[in-house]
Amino acid sequence: MKTLHNIFLFYKDGFSNLVVGKTLWKLIIIKLIVILVFLKFFIYDKNINTEYKTDDKKIEFILNNLIKDE
Amino acid sequence: MEEHLVDWSRAQFALTAIYHWIFVPLTLGLGFIIAFMETIYVKTGDEFWKKTTKFWMTLFAINFAIGVATGIIMEFEFGTNWANYSWFVGDIFGAPLAVEGILAFFMESTFFAVMFFGWDKVSKGFHLLSTWLVAIGSNLSALWILVANAWMQNPVGMKFNPDTVRNEMDNFWDVLFSPVAVSKFLHTITSSYIVASLFVIGVCAWYLLKKREIQFAKKSMVIAATFGFIMSIFVILTGDESAHQIALKQPVKLAAMEGLYEGKTDAALVGVGILNPKKTLQNDEDEFLFQVEAPYALSFLSFHNIHAFVPGLKDLVYGNEKYNIESAQSKMDKGKVAVNALKMYKIAKKENNLINIAKYEKILNDNMKYFGYGHLEKPEDIVPPISITFYTFHLMVALGTWFLVLFGLILFFTMKREILNYRWLLISAVCSIPLGYVASEAGWIVAEVGRQPWAIQDLMPVGLAATDIGTTNVMISFFMFATLFTILLIAEVKIMLKQIKIGPKGGH
Repeated sequence: MKTLHNIFLFYKDGFSNLVVGKTLWKLIIIKLIVILVFLKFFIYDKNINTEYKTDDKKIEFILNNLIKDE
Repeated sequence: MEEHLVDWSRAQFALTAIYHWIFVPLTLGLGFIIAFMETIYVKTGDEFWKKTTKFWMTLFAINFAIGVATGIIMEFEFGTNWANYSWFVGDIFGAPLAVEGILAFFMESTFFAVMFFGWDKVSKGFHLLSTWLVAIGSNLSALWILVANAWMQNPVGMKFNPDTVRNEMDNFWDVLFSPVAVSKFLHTITSSYIVASLFVIGVCAWYLLKKREIQFAKKSMVIAATFGFIMSIFVILTGDESAHQIALKQPVKLAAMEGLYEGKTDAALVGVGILNPKKTLQNDEDEFLFQVEAPYALSFLSFHNIHAFVPGLKDLVYGNEKYNIESAQSKMDKGKVAVNALKMYKIAKKENNLINIAKYEKILNDNMKYFGYGHLEKPEDIVPPISITFYTFHLMVALGTWFLVLFGLILFFTMKREILNYRWLLISAVCSIPLGYVASEAGWIVAEVGRQPWAIQDLMPVGLAATDIGTTNVMISFFMFATLFTILLIAEVKIMLKQIKIGPKGGH
């Protein structure tokens, strides 16, 4: 328990003593929101796993692409 | 599939990869430079080295913070824009990337916090260990990504399963230790160390030009120039091995890198040249308007034999019986047999016709290594964009040579304590910071444009790898990324410049 408390204090002190790091953390958080929320859910919202629920359907889709006549 | 869609998907991936790679090489190299400096601090106990380490560590953190997670966008793109590719590569790409994720998360993230927050809170030895582990961890992360990329250049250690239409890994060690993977990893990380060394000496040169932080700049310069000089020699050796592997596994890429249309024995290496824009595979125009060559060097570079035959683009497209080089048309015929066998295998499976299942599985296995050729329209499709490949390759080599000279001169005059007298050299060092990035990106352009039309060498052309989604969607996201990454880059440069102006007295 004491170890966990020390680790918590280590991070807490580290973050509160940051100078340039505060700006960086703001940037990281904004960037992660853009990438992991906006891009993931609005731009890259579709992929083979969202469009086809079973492996058989995924295989069928890919197979048809691989063997189609050009 | 619509041609524009494939081109926009390629452009989007290229944009993402190029921007992502702006952040990566500095992380890979600066981590070690910081570790060297902190090692001196721990050995000598001199507070000067602690201050020096902390300054470079701050710049490292800025680059790390802004670059982190930019690579995730490429993983999204794999899923959405390149669904056929993602499924087809299956476990082979997944395994190295999973290892990368675990290593990146546990090693870099954990020890990065100790390195950044742990001054005076953990022992000097543990702090130094953390700094080394961050440097090693980031390079190990790069290893797995580069192994995955090397597999695309030289697919080994797997077997295609027609039931799942995936390539399944049957030998992890073949994938990890393929000669292409080893040479790609070593060449890429050593070139990244050069980018980081150029960054450090460039910043130091700026201080010296401003007559600021003289001792700090000179001492940092000695470490970076030594590291950069040694790595420049190493990058020549790893580049030599990379070229040898390209000659063996991707001869079309090598021919494009050298603008070589007709195969030759005793082949010369073009040092400097201007391609003849009228030259095509079908005419007999000269290949170059102007060129300076090193005799025998291409044969030696390719096959470590000055008399070896190096195939040109015509040999590789149309075949050359004398040197037993198969034509692209012959490979396309075998590829079409493979594609048809997969189609017939599927029908046989549906009918549960055991004889035909076995028959077509055998035909598929016998011709699988040509599978991608079955989707090409004409033999000339195997030729990548020659001018981009040629010029970026020669730009990379020319800049690499300049960096070796620069590191040598900086080291020599700094050790002689005369560096302040050579203003032109200091200005050159500052100007060489962006050149390091140009060389590093040029290397990737050679590697990736030079292997077109393949997403996976010989197995899957880019057109087949792409997902059939709307071109407009891809165009919109292309411009969104261009905006996002440009904002991140501007933020990085602004924060970096601010911190550099403050100098070593500033804190984290």
